[in-house]
Amino acid sequence: MFEKIRKILANETSIDEEEITMTSSIHEDLGVDSMDMYNLMDVLEDSFQLKIPEDSKLVTVGDIVKLIEELQK
Amino acid sequence: MRKVVITGMGSVTPIGNTVDAMWTSILEAKCGIGKLTQFDTENCDIKIAAEVKEFDLKNYVKPLEMKKIDRFSQFAIASSYEAYIDSGLQSREFNRDMFSVIFGSAAGGSTIGPEYHKIMEQGCNAVSKMTIPINLVNMAASNIAIKLKAFGTCTPVVTACASGTDCIGKAYRDIKNGYSNVTLAGASDACIQPVFIAGFNSIGALTKSTDPLRASIPFDKDRNGFVMGEGSGSLILEEYEHAKNRKAKIYAEIVGYGSTCDAYSLTSPDFGLKQGIRAIGEAIKEAEISPGEISYINAHGTSTKYNDKYESMLIKSVFCNENPKIAVSSTKSMMGHLLGAAGAVEAIITTKAINENYLPPTIGYQQVDEECNLDYIPNIGRKKKIRYAMSNSLGFGGHNSVLILKSKGD
Repeated sequence: MFEKIRKILANETSIDEEEITMTSSIHEDLGVDSMDMYNLMDVLEDSFQLKIPEDSKLVTVGDIVKLIEELQK
Repeated sequence: MRKVVITGMGSVTPIGNTVDAMWTSILEAKCGIGKLTQFDTENCDIKIAAEVKEFDLKNYVKPLEMKKIDRFSQFAIASSYEAYIDSGLQSREFNRDMFSVIFGSAAGGSTIGPEYHKIMEQGCNAVSKMTIPINLVNMAASNIAIKLKAFGTCTPVVTACASGTDCIGKAYRDIKNGYSNVTLAGASDACIQPVFIAGFNSIGALTKSTDPLRASIPFDKDRNGFVMGEGSGSLILEEYEHAKNRKAKIYAEIVGYGSTCDAYSLTSPDFGLKQGIRAIGEAIKEAEISPGEISYINAHGTSTKYNDKYESMLIKSVFCNENPKIAVSSTKSMMGHLLGAAGAVEAIITTKAINENYLPPTIGYQQVDEECNLDYIPNIGRKKKIRYAMSNSLGFGGHNSVLILKSKGD
Protein backbone atom coordinates (compact mmCIF):
# COMPACT_ATOMS: atom_id res chain seq x y z
CA MET A 1 0.00 0.00 0.00
CA PHE A 2 2.77 2.45 0.95
CA GLU A 3 4.52 1.91 -2.40
CA LYS A 4 1.34 2.62 -4.35
CA ILE A 5 0.52 5.75 -2.33
CA ARG A 6 4.13 6.93 -2.55
CA LYS A 7 4.00 6.66 -6.34
CA ILE A 8 0.80 8.74 -6.46
CA LEU A 9 2.27 11.38 -4.15
CA ALA A 10 5.49 11.53 -6.16
CA ASN A 11 3.55 12.03 -9.40
CA GLU A 12 1.35 14.75 -7.94
CA THR A 13 4.02 16.70 -6.07
CA SER A 14 7.00 16.18 -8.42
CA ILE A 15 9.05 14.95 -5.42
CA ASP A 16 11.33 11.91 -5.89
CA GLU A 17 9.77 8.70 -4.56
CA GLU A 18 12.90 7.98 -2.51
CA GLU A 19 12.39 11.20 -0.54
CA ILE A 20 8.88 10.22 0.56
CA THR A 21 8.67 8.14 3.73
CA MET A 22 5.90 7.06 6.11
CA THR A 23 6.85 9.93 8.43
CA SER A 24 6.96 12.64 5.74
CA SER A 25 4.72 15.58 6.64
CA ILE A 26 2.13 16.12 3.91
CA HIS A 27 2.24 19.88 4.39
CA GLU A 28 5.87 20.56 5.40
CA ASP A 29 7.71 17.95 3.34
CA LEU A 30 5.44 17.54 0.33
CA GLY A 31 4.31 21.18 0.12
CA VAL A 32 0.62 20.25 0.00
CA ASP A 33 -1.58 23.15 1.18
CA SER A 34 -5.23 23.02 2.24
CA MET A 35 -6.56 23.45 -1.31
CA ASP A 36 -4.13 20.86 -2.64
CA MET A 37 -5.36 18.51 0.07
CA TYR A 38 -8.88 18.58 -1.36
CA ASN A 39 -7.51 17.66 -4.76
CA LEU A 40 -5.24 14.98 -3.30
CA MET A 41 -8.27 13.38 -1.65
CA ASP A 42 -10.00 13.34 -5.05
CA VAL A 43 -6.97 11.66 -6.62
CA LEU A 44 -6.83 9.03 -3.86
CA GLU A 45 -10.58 8.41 -4.05
CA ASP A 46 -10.31 7.86 -7.82
CA SER A 47 -7.23 5.65 -7.49
CA PHE A 48 -8.67 3.40 -4.78
CA GLN A 49 -12.33 3.68 -5.71
CA LEU A 50 -13.47 4.71 -2.24
CA LYS A 51 -14.86 7.72 -0.38
CA ILE A 52 -12.63 9.48 2.12
CA PRO A 53 -14.54 11.11 5.02
CA GLU A 54 -14.17 14.92 4.97
CA ASP A 55 -13.17 15.05 8.65
CA SER A 56 -10.16 12.73 8.20
CA LYS A 57 -7.12 14.02 10.10
CA LEU A 58 -4.11 13.46 7.89
CA VAL A 59 -0.70 14.85 8.87
CA THR A 60 1.84 12.32 7.59
CA VAL A 61 2.08 9.96 4.64
CA GLY A 62 1.66 7.14 7.17
CA ASP A 63 -1.75 8.61 8.12
CA ILE A 64 -2.85 8.32 4.48
CA VAL A 65 -1.64 4.71 4.26
CA LYS A 66 -3.41 3.79 7.50
CA LEU A 67 -6.66 5.49 6.43
CA ILE A 68 -6.77 3.86 2.99
CA GLU A 69 -6.06 0.44 4.51
CA GLU A 70 -8.91 0.92 7.02
CA LEU A 71 -11.32 2.10 4.36
CA GLN A 72 -10.52 -0.91 2.20
CA LYS A 73 -11.38 -3.38 4.97
CA MET B 1 11.79 62.12 -8.44
CA ARG B 2 12.32 58.36 -8.64
CA LYS B 3 12.66 57.01 -12.17
CA VAL B 4 11.08 53.70 -13.23
CA VAL B 5 12.70 51.27 -15.64
CA ILE B 6 11.80 47.92 -17.17
CA THR B 7 14.31 45.21 -16.23
CA GLY B 8 12.49 41.99 -17.10
CA MET B 9 9.86 40.81 -19.56
CA GLY B 10 7.86 37.63 -20.13
CA SER B 11 4.96 36.68 -22.37
CA VAL B 12 2.70 33.86 -23.46
CA THR B 13 0.93 34.65 -26.72
CA PRO B 14 -0.69 33.03 -29.76
CA ILE B 15 2.52 33.76 -31.71
CA GLY B 16 5.03 32.45 -29.20
CA ASN B 17 5.27 31.43 -25.56
CA THR B 18 8.29 33.58 -24.69
CA VAL B 19 9.24 37.17 -25.53
CA ASP B 20 11.93 35.96 -27.94
CA ALA B 21 9.56 33.58 -29.73
CA MET B 22 6.90 36.29 -29.96
CA TRP B 23 9.34 38.86 -31.30
CA THR B 24 10.67 36.42 -33.92
CA SER B 25 7.08 35.90 -35.09
CA ILE B 26 6.59 39.67 -35.26
CA LEU B 27 9.71 40.04 -37.39
CA GLU B 28 8.29 37.33 -39.67
CA ALA B 29 4.87 39.08 -39.70
CA LYS B 30 3.35 35.79 -38.62
CA CYS B 31 -0.36 35.38 -37.95
CA GLY B 32 -1.30 33.30 -34.88
CA ILE B 33 -4.99 33.02 -35.73
CA GLY B 34 -6.51 29.65 -36.67
CA LYS B 35 -9.36 27.24 -36.11
CA LEU B 36 -10.97 27.54 -32.67
CA THR B 37 -10.23 24.17 -31.05
CA GLN B 38 -10.98 24.70 -27.36
CA PHE B 39 -14.67 23.81 -27.69
CA ASP B 40 -17.06 22.48 -30.30
CA THR B 41 -18.18 25.42 -32.47
CA GLU B 42 -20.86 23.56 -34.42
CA ASN B 43 -23.63 25.69 -32.89
CA CYS B 44 -21.58 28.87 -32.80
CA ASP B 45 -21.08 31.60 -35.44
CA ILE B 46 -17.46 32.02 -34.42
CA LYS B 47 -15.07 29.46 -35.89
CA ILE B 48 -11.63 30.99 -35.41
CA ALA B 49 -9.53 32.28 -32.53
CA ALA B 50 -5.96 33.13 -31.64
CA GLU B 51 -5.06 30.29 -29.30
CA VAL B 52 -1.88 29.76 -27.32
CA LYS B 53 -0.20 26.61 -28.65
CA GLU B 54 2.01 23.96 -27.03
CA PHE B 55 1.78 25.57 -23.61
CA ASP B 56 3.48 23.61 -20.86
CA LEU B 57 3.79 24.73 -17.25
CA LYS B 58 5.31 21.60 -15.77
CA ASN B 59 8.64 23.27 -15.04
CA TYR B 60 6.94 25.71 -12.70
CA VAL B 61 3.86 24.03 -11.27
CA LYS B 62 3.33 20.58 -9.79
CA PRO B 63 0.48 18.40 -11.13
CA LEU B 64 -1.44 18.69 -7.84
CA GLU B 65 -1.21 22.49 -7.95
CA MET B 66 -2.47 22.59 -11.53
CA LYS B 67 -5.89 21.45 -10.31
CA LYS B 68 -6.39 24.74 -8.43
CA ILE B 69 -4.94 27.08 -11.05
CA ASP B 70 -7.05 28.23 -13.97
CA ARG B 71 -5.65 28.67 -17.47
CA PHE B 72 -5.43 32.47 -17.06
CA SER B 73 -3.35 32.01 -13.91
CA GLN B 74 -1.21 29.37 -15.61
CA PHE B 75 -0.33 31.84 -18.36
CA ALA B 76 0.36 34.47 -15.69
CA ILE B 77 2.75 32.20 -13.77
CA ALA B 78 4.65 31.27 -16.95
CA SER B 79 5.10 34.85 -18.19
CA SER B 80 5.97 36.09 -14.70
CA TYR B 81 8.66 33.48 -14.16
CA GLU B 82 10.12 34.44 -17.53
CA ALA B 83 10.17 38.13 -16.57
CA TYR B 84 11.57 37.41 -13.11
CA ILE B 85 14.37 35.19 -14.41
CA ASP B 86 15.06 37.68 -17.21
CA SER B 87 15.48 40.44 -14.62
CA GLY B 88 18.17 38.50 -12.75
CA LEU B 89 16.36 39.09 -9.44
CA GLN B 90 15.98 35.38 -8.72
CA SER B 91 19.65 35.15 -7.87
CA ARG B 92 19.70 38.31 -5.73
CA GLU B 93 18.91 39.24 -2.16
CA PHE B 94 16.56 42.22 -2.13
CA ASN B 95 13.84 43.65 0.10
CA ARG B 96 10.81 41.54 -0.72
CA ASP B 97 8.58 43.74 1.46
CA MET B 98 9.05 46.34 -1.31
CA PHE B 99 8.44 43.76 -4.08
CA SER B 100 4.86 44.13 -5.35
CA VAL B 101 2.54 42.49 -7.82
CA ILE B 102 0.05 44.60 -9.78
CA PHE B 103 -1.39 42.10 -12.18
CA GLY B 104 -4.88 42.06 -13.62
CA SER B 105 -7.27 40.29 -15.90
CA ALA B 106 -10.40 41.35 -17.72
CA ALA B 107 -12.31 38.18 -16.92
CA GLY B 108 -10.56 35.95 -14.38
CA GLY B 109 -11.25 32.22 -14.21
CA SER B 110 -13.16 29.96 -16.56
CA THR B 111 -15.20 27.51 -14.52
CA ILE B 112 -18.06 29.62 -13.13
CA GLY B 113 -20.27 28.62 -16.08
CA PRO B 114 -19.71 24.85 -15.81
CA GLU B 115 -20.03 24.95 -12.02
CA TYR B 116 -23.30 26.88 -12.24
CA HIS B 117 -24.56 24.24 -14.66
CA LYS B 118 -23.59 21.46 -12.22
CA ILE B 119 -25.36 23.19 -9.33
CA MET B 120 -28.56 23.65 -11.35
CA GLU B 121 -28.54 19.99 -12.40
CA GLN B 122 -27.24 18.27 -9.26
CA GLY B 123 -27.65 20.73 -6.39
CA CYS B 124 -25.25 22.91 -4.39
CA ASN B 125 -23.16 20.04 -3.00
CA ALA B 126 -22.00 19.14 -6.53
CA VAL B 127 -19.89 22.29 -6.75
CA SER B 128 -16.10 21.89 -6.93
CA LYS B 129 -14.13 23.07 -3.90
CA MET B 130 -11.81 24.77 -6.39
CA THR B 131 -14.54 27.09 -7.71
CA ILE B 132 -13.51 30.13 -5.68
CA PRO B 133 -9.69 29.81 -5.79
CA ILE B 134 -9.80 29.10 -9.51
CA ASN B 135 -12.13 31.89 -10.58
CA LEU B 136 -11.51 35.01 -8.50
CA VAL B 137 -9.97 37.65 -10.73
CA ASN B 138 -7.16 38.38 -8.23
CA MET B 139 -5.87 34.81 -8.31
CA ALA B 140 -3.37 35.34 -11.11
CA ALA B 141 -1.76 38.07 -9.01
CA SER B 142 -1.88 35.94 -5.87
CA ASN B 143 -0.38 32.90 -7.63
CA ILE B 144 2.46 35.12 -8.88
CA ALA B 145 3.06 36.58 -5.41
CA ILE B 146 3.21 33.08 -3.90
CA LYS B 147 5.62 31.81 -6.55
CA LEU B 148 7.92 34.84 -6.46
CA LYS B 149 7.63 35.56 -2.71
CA ALA B 150 6.52 39.15 -3.26
CA PHE B 151 5.32 40.57 0.07
CA GLY B 152 4.43 44.10 -1.06
CA THR B 153 1.01 45.15 -2.30
CA CYS B 154 -0.73 42.54 -4.47
CA THR B 155 -3.36 44.45 -6.39
CA PRO B 156 -5.06 43.47 -9.62
CA VAL B 157 -6.39 46.43 -11.57
CA VAL B 158 -9.46 45.44 -13.58
CA THR B 159 -10.41 47.76 -16.43
CA ALA B 160 -11.52 45.28 -19.12
CA CYS B 161 -9.25 45.52 -22.16
CA ALA B 162 -7.19 48.29 -20.58
CA SER B 163 -6.29 46.14 -17.53
CA GLY B 164 -2.71 45.38 -18.59
CA THR B 165 -1.90 49.00 -19.36
CA ASP B 166 -3.50 50.22 -16.15
CA CYS B 167 -1.62 47.64 -14.07
CA ILE B 168 1.66 48.85 -15.55
CA GLY B 169 0.58 52.47 -15.06
CA LYS B 170 -0.34 51.94 -11.40
CA ALA B 171 2.88 50.00 -10.82
CA TYR B 172 4.83 52.87 -12.39
CA ARG B 173 3.15 55.36 -10.06
CA ASP B 174 3.70 53.12 -7.01
CA ILE B 175 7.45 52.94 -7.63
CA LYS B 176 7.70 56.59 -8.62
CA ASN B 177 6.07 57.61 -5.35
CA GLY B 178 8.15 55.32 -3.16
CA TYR B 179 5.62 52.63 -2.28
CA SER B 180 7.58 49.87 -4.00
CA ASN B 181 11.09 49.24 -5.37
CA VAL B 182 10.28 46.34 -7.68
CA THR B 183 6.89 45.44 -9.12
CA LEU B 184 5.79 42.58 -11.30
CA ALA B 185 3.14 44.22 -13.50
CA GLY B 186 0.94 42.93 -16.29
CA ALA B 187 -2.22 40.97 -17.01
CA SER B 188 -3.49 37.67 -18.37
CA ASP B 189 -6.69 36.34 -19.89
CA ALA B 190 -7.91 33.02 -21.26
CA CYS B 191 -11.36 33.77 -22.66
CA ILE B 192 -11.64 31.37 -25.59
CA GLN B 193 -14.61 29.83 -23.83
CA PRO B 194 -18.26 29.53 -24.85
CA VAL B 195 -19.57 32.19 -22.47
CA PHE B 196 -17.13 34.89 -23.61
CA ILE B 197 -17.26 34.00 -27.30
CA ALA B 198 -21.08 33.95 -27.20
CA GLY B 199 -21.25 37.09 -25.05
CA PHE B 200 -18.96 39.22 -27.22
CA ASN B 201 -20.57 37.81 -30.37
CA SER B 202 -24.05 38.74 -29.12
CA ILE B 203 -23.08 42.42 -29.12
CA GLY B 204 -21.40 42.25 -32.52
CA ALA B 205 -17.85 42.64 -31.22
CA LEU B 206 -16.38 39.51 -32.85
CA THR B 207 -15.69 38.92 -36.52
CA LYS B 208 -17.46 35.98 -38.13
CA SER B 209 -14.72 35.68 -40.71
CA THR B 210 -13.39 32.16 -41.26
CA ASP B 211 -10.25 33.33 -43.04
CA PRO B 212 -7.48 33.72 -40.42
CA LEU B 213 -5.63 36.20 -42.65
CA ARG B 214 -8.66 38.45 -43.16
CA ALA B 215 -10.15 38.30 -39.68
CA SER B 216 -8.18 40.58 -37.37
CA ILE B 217 -7.59 43.44 -39.81
CA PRO B 218 -7.30 46.64 -37.77
CA PHE B 219 -7.96 49.92 -39.62
CA ASP B 220 -8.84 48.05 -42.85
CA LYS B 221 -12.12 49.16 -44.46
CA ASP B 222 -13.41 45.55 -44.41
CA ARG B 223 -12.85 45.04 -40.67
CA ASN B 224 -15.92 43.74 -38.89
CA GLY B 225 -14.92 42.69 -35.39
CA PHE B 226 -12.08 41.35 -33.28
CA VAL B 227 -10.66 37.85 -33.02
CA MET B 228 -10.59 36.41 -29.49
CA GLY B 229 -7.06 35.71 -28.34
CA GLU B 230 -5.52 34.61 -25.06
CA GLY B 231 -2.24 35.02 -23.25
CA SER B 232 -0.29 36.94 -20.67
CA GLY B 233 2.32 39.68 -20.39
CA SER B 234 4.55 40.35 -17.37
CA LEU B 235 7.06 43.13 -16.82
CA ILE B 236 9.47 43.73 -13.97
CA LEU B 237 9.35 47.44 -13.20
CA GLU B 238 12.14 48.68 -10.99
CA GLU B 239 13.26 51.91 -9.41
CA TYR B 240 16.21 53.14 -11.46
CA GLU B 241 18.82 53.36 -8.65
CA HIS B 242 17.77 49.91 -7.40
CA ALA B 243 18.33 48.52 -10.89
CA LYS B 244 21.58 50.42 -11.37
CA ASN B 245 23.00 49.29 -8.03
CA ARG B 246 22.58 45.64 -8.97
CA LYS B 247 23.84 46.28 -12.51
CA ALA B 248 20.58 45.06 -14.04
CA LYS B 249 20.05 45.30 -17.77
CA ILE B 250 17.56 48.05 -18.53
CA TYR B 251 15.20 47.72 -21.48
CA ALA B 252 13.45 51.08 -21.33
CA GLU B 253 12.13 53.73 -18.99
CA ILE B 254 8.47 54.40 -18.30
CA VAL B 255 8.01 58.15 -18.36
CA GLY B 256 4.29 58.81 -18.67
CA TYR B 257 0.90 57.34 -17.89
CA GLY B 258 -2.56 58.69 -18.56
CA SER B 259 -5.84 57.19 -17.40
CA THR B 260 -9.29 58.65 -17.87
CA CYS B 261 -12.88 57.45 -18.18
CA ASP B 262 -15.34 58.58 -20.83
CA ALA B 263 -18.16 58.19 -18.26
CA TYR B 264 -20.37 57.92 -21.31
CA SER B 265 -21.23 54.33 -22.33
CA LEU B 266 -20.46 50.78 -21.18
CA THR B 267 -19.45 49.58 -24.64
CA SER B 268 -19.11 52.53 -27.05
CA PRO B 269 -16.27 55.03 -27.15
CA ASP B 270 -17.25 58.67 -26.81
CA PHE B 271 -16.70 60.20 -30.24
CA GLY B 272 -16.55 63.57 -28.54
CA LEU B 273 -12.95 62.41 -27.88
CA LYS B 274 -12.51 64.66 -24.85
CA GLN B 275 -11.38 62.05 -22.29
CA GLY B 276 -9.38 60.07 -24.84
CA ILE B 277 -7.43 63.19 -25.75
CA ARG B 278 -6.98 63.97 -22.07
CA ALA B 279 -5.52 60.50 -21.35
CA ILE B 280 -2.88 60.95 -24.06
CA GLY B 281 -2.32 64.53 -22.93
CA GLU B 282 -1.78 63.50 -19.29
CA ALA B 283 0.80 60.89 -20.34
CA ILE B 284 2.63 63.35 -22.58
CA LYS B 285 2.59 65.96 -19.82
CA GLU B 286 4.02 63.52 -17.26
CA ALA B 287 6.72 62.53 -19.76
CA GLU B 288 7.57 66.23 -20.18
CA ILE B 289 7.73 65.89 -23.95
CA SER B 290 5.72 67.14 -26.92
CA PRO B 291 3.68 64.96 -29.33
CA GLY B 292 6.33 65.58 -31.97
CA GLU B 293 8.89 63.56 -29.98
CA ILE B 294 6.90 60.31 -30.15
CA SER B 295 8.02 58.10 -33.06
CA TYR B 296 5.69 55.10 -32.74
CA ILE B 297 2.26 54.26 -31.34
CA ASN B 298 1.26 50.67 -30.60
CA ALA B 299 -2.47 51.18 -31.01
CA HIS B 300 -5.32 49.40 -29.29
CA GLY B 301 -6.53 48.70 -32.88
CA THR B 302 -8.98 45.86 -32.25
CA SER B 303 -10.41 45.54 -35.78
CA THR B 304 -13.89 46.63 -34.75
CA LYS B 305 -15.58 49.38 -36.77
CA TYR B 306 -15.95 51.77 -33.87
CA ASN B 307 -12.69 51.26 -31.99
CA ASP B 308 -10.45 51.79 -34.98
CA LYS B 309 -12.34 54.79 -36.24
CA TYR B 310 -12.39 56.35 -32.76
CA GLU B 311 -8.73 55.66 -32.09
CA SER B 312 -7.69 57.05 -35.49
CA MET B 313 -9.65 60.24 -34.79
CA LEU B 314 -8.08 60.43 -31.35
CA ILE B 315 -4.52 60.04 -32.59
CA LYS B 316 -5.13 62.47 -35.42
CA SER B 317 -6.53 65.11 -33.14
CA VAL B 318 -3.52 64.96 -30.77
CA PHE B 319 -0.78 64.54 -33.35
CA CYS B 320 -2.13 66.38 -36.43
CA ASN B 321 -0.20 69.59 -35.89
CA GLU B 322 3.22 68.49 -34.71
CA ASN B 323 3.44 64.90 -35.95
CA PRO B 324 0.89 64.14 -38.71
CA LYS B 325 2.96 61.27 -40.13
CA ILE B 326 3.26 59.41 -36.81
CA ALA B 327 3.71 55.64 -37.37
CA VAL B 328 0.91 53.58 -35.82
CA SER B 329 0.41 49.82 -35.85
CA SER B 330 -1.82 47.23 -34.27
CA THR B 331 -0.08 43.99 -33.36
CA LYS B 332 -3.54 42.51 -32.75
CA SER B 333 -3.42 41.86 -36.49
CA MET B 334 -0.99 39.04 -35.63
CA MET B 335 -2.35 37.70 -32.34
CA GLY B 336 -5.98 38.77 -32.08
CA HIS B 337 -7.24 40.53 -28.97
CA LEU B 338 -5.84 39.27 -25.66
CA LEU B 339 -8.41 41.35 -23.74
CA GLY B 340 -6.89 42.46 -20.42
CA ALA B 341 -3.53 40.94 -21.33
CA ALA B 342 -3.36 42.96 -24.55
CA GLY B 343 -1.94 46.12 -23.00
CA ALA B 344 0.73 44.20 -21.09
CA VAL B 345 1.89 42.27 -24.15
CA GLU B 346 1.76 45.44 -26.24
CA ALA B 347 3.91 47.30 -23.69
CA ILE B 348 6.47 44.52 -24.13
CA ILE B 349 6.23 44.79 -27.92
CA THR B 350 6.62 48.57 -27.68
CA THR B 351 9.71 48.07 -25.52
CA LYS B 352 11.14 45.61 -28.03
CA ALA B 353 10.38 48.06 -30.84
CA ILE B 354 12.43 50.70 -28.99
CA ASN B 355 15.28 48.28 -28.26
CA GLU B 356 15.43 46.83 -31.76
CA ASN B 357 14.65 50.08 -33.62
CA TYR B 358 11.92 48.23 -35.48
CA LEU B 359 8.31 49.24 -36.03
CA PRO B 360 6.04 46.17 -36.12
CA PRO B 361 3.56 46.12 -39.02
CA THR B 362 -0.21 45.88 -39.14
CA ILE B 363 -0.54 42.67 -41.15
CA GLY B 364 -3.49 41.69 -43.38
CA TYR B 365 -4.05 45.33 -44.31
CA GLN B 366 -5.59 45.67 -47.81
CA GLN B 367 -8.47 48.14 -48.06
CA VAL B 368 -7.92 51.77 -47.15
CA ASP B 369 -10.67 53.27 -45.01
CA GLU B 370 -11.10 57.00 -45.55
CA GLU B 371 -12.17 57.27 -41.89
CA CYS B 372 -8.85 55.77 -40.75
CA ASN B 373 -6.19 57.71 -42.57
CA LEU B 374 -2.95 57.40 -40.65
CA ASP B 375 0.30 55.55 -41.39
CA TYR B 376 -0.54 52.07 -40.08
CA ILE B 377 2.76 50.45 -41.15
CA PRO B 378 0.84 48.17 -43.54
CA ASN B 379 2.06 44.57 -43.82
CA ILE B 380 5.80 45.22 -43.68
CA GLY B 381 7.68 46.37 -40.59
CA ARG B 382 10.21 49.17 -40.70
CA LYS B 383 13.61 49.98 -39.22
CA LYS B 384 13.48 53.25 -37.36
CA LYS B 385 15.30 54.72 -34.38
CA ILE B 386 12.82 55.35 -31.58
CA ARG B 387 13.37 57.59 -28.57
CA TYR B 388 9.80 57.75 -27.31
CA ALA B 389 6.92 55.37 -28.06
CA MET B 390 3.35 55.20 -26.84
CA SER B 391 1.00 52.29 -26.16
CA ASN B 392 -2.77 52.81 -26.07
CA SER B 393 -5.46 50.66 -24.51
CA LEU B 394 -9.20 51.24 -24.45
CA GLY B 395 -11.59 49.18 -22.37
CA PHE B 396 -15.32 48.50 -22.23
CA GLY B 397 -16.61 50.78 -19.52
CA GLY B 398 -14.98 53.82 -21.10
CA HIS B 399 -11.38 53.30 -19.96
CA ASN B 400 -8.69 55.25 -21.84
CA SER B 401 -5.17 54.24 -20.81
CA VAL B 402 -1.87 55.37 -22.23
CA LEU B 403 1.76 54.58 -21.47
CA ILE B 404 4.82 56.40 -22.79
CA LEU B 405 8.14 54.57 -22.90
CA LYS B 406 11.55 56.07 -23.45
CA SER B 407 14.69 54.53 -24.90
CA LYS B 408 17.27 53.55 -22.25
CA GLY B 409 19.91 55.42 -24.26
CA ASP B 410 19.69 58.70 -22.38
